[in-house]
Amino acid sequence: MKILVPCKRVPDPDQKLRLKADGSNIDDAAVSFILNPFDAIAVEEALRIREVAHPDAEIVAVGICPGEGEAELRTALAMGADRALQVEHDGMLDPWNVARLLTAVIEREQPGLVLMGKQAVDDDSNQTGQFLAALLGWPQATFASQLEFIDGGLRVHRETDLGIEVICLTLPAVVTADLRLNEPRYASLPSILRAKKKSIEHTTPAELGVVLEHRVQLLSMEAVNNQRQCEQVSNVANLLAKLREAEVIEK
Amino acid sequence: MKALVLMEHDGAALRRGSGAALGFARAITEDVTVLVLGEGIAAMTAEAAKFAPALAADNAALADPVADRWAHVIAEVVRTHKAELVVATATTWAKDIVGRAAGLLGGAMASDVIGHELKEGELRLRRPMFAGAIIATITLKGSPQIITVRSSVYDIPEPAATPFAIKAVAVDVAALPNDMEFEGIDRRIDERPDVTEARIVVSGGRAFKSSEDYERLVGSLADRLGAATGSSRALVDAGITPNSLQVGQTGKIVAPDLYLALGISGAVQHLAGMKNSRVIAAINQDSDAPIFEFSDFGLIGDVYEEVPRLIEQLNSSQ
Repeated sequence: MKILVPCKRVPDPDQKLRLKADGSNIDDAAVSFILNPFDAIAVEEALRIREVAHPDAEIVAVGICPGEGEAELRTALAMGADRALQVEHDGMLDPWNVARLLTAVIEREQPGLVLMGKQAVDDDSNQTGQFLAALLGWPQATFASQLEFIDGGLRVHRETDLGIEVICLTLPAVVTADLRLNEPRYASLPSILRAKKKSIEHTTPAELGVVLEHRVQLLSMEAVNNQRQCEQVSNVANLLAKLREAEVIEK
Repeated sequence: MKALVLMEHDGAALRRGSGAALGFARAITEDVTVLVLGEGIAAMTAEAAKFAPALAADNAALADPVADRWAHVIAEVVRTHKAELVVATATTWAKDIVGRAAGLLGGAMASDVIGHELKEGELRLRRPMFAGAIIATITLKGSPQIITVRSSVYDIPEPAATPFAIKAVAVDVAALPNDMEFEGIDRRIDERPDVTEARIVVSGGRAFKSSEDYERLVGSLADRLGAATGSSRALVDAGITPNSLQVGQTGKIVAPDLYLALGISGAVQHLAGMKNSRVIAAINQDSDAPIFEFSDFGLIGDVYEEVPRLIEQLNSSQ
């Protein structure tokens, strides 16, 4: 079985982001990037599938990023992905275009399973997996916290607002990973060094026959400044008095 | 502009949060229709029809919220109804099912919208990015525009004196996709209010060492205040609290009148889920904890000592 894992390059969430002076976008001159943490969980799950249920599985990491932005694909290779494919594109893409590019890659690669993060921690849209499943006409299991191969498909535990839901899907399918699916491994130094030498296959939207159609137009961005001033209280009685004064708890 | 609002339910009642989607649609257009899907949904459709003309897709094939079938029916209704705006409240249900429907309808979708403006004939939407550190203003190109809104931002409109008409939607069962099967749901059993809907949320973090301690301290204080309970990701990861209680960028987004953060350090991903609360109060042993920068009131202390005192004070002041 072939498992395709889309891997997004995102700004490291542990850094302070700055906007460009005109507020048109983030200033990425000094930004460091990482593999989207939810996509790392998807890579890890693919590795575990290869280790246990499907030792013959081939894991293909796919990224859509500028020419020099392949470090995150190398992270996936270092974790254990068999090969990587880079669709060269510079600049932001909305989920619709990402899903259309991935659809073209999937038509070429014919995987039996697509495993990806439930959302990217940059735009927080939580749409691409669902769009992709819709475009492919495949079943979907979003927010997966547990996967199990069963006769004829997959049984997936999903994290929903109402509780843990269990659904069964036929394959091929799109599964999006939630936090509790697993804890991604760290790549060892030798595997990081080996991954640096692996070749990454390159393609372009044009080569895939995809003409980009933008659905989201970004007009501006603003940084959210924290306006709160913390008033320190010395004990719980004072805290209660303040909360009553603010009329957020009953007197 | 013709709007279709998707009303979410739990099988027995409409979810209150759907009111936000109604409020948003109403703020933009008078031409609002609501859609309820499921099986045996007459009572819920009648409830929805208090706010707008209602469409009901009531069919055994829709007994459980399975994404491929539900999205297919939603897309069909949007096309026949010629809706230009499709609105739902941003929940896991909407992310899953409405997201897929948007994929069938051309992909012009904005998630978790927190504000809007009609300017120069276009609908400008404000939505958080980067764990809420940045608010982006965007417009959607293409029609229909599919939008999920944050439940705390828009208010539910007043119901009309006389209910609107209800129309049944025919479901062509043979045309439905059939690659997914619903096996069951382990519903969280919680007597407390829903964390996204409560006026007060009492939330616990890493300082709590066990489920028993969490329940004895966070749970008791919440019950004393009639509040919902919440949790940081650290406690969920440690298996101390169920993931349905997680507040944060990738969990629940809440904005109650009062958010009481107990033993929570204030990681960026947690702040993203609660920083729009009206009043935030924190108790933490570490005076340098980032949560204090985002709080209105702070008490430096050990939650194991301060929370019992707080409960005692509340009881004695009765």
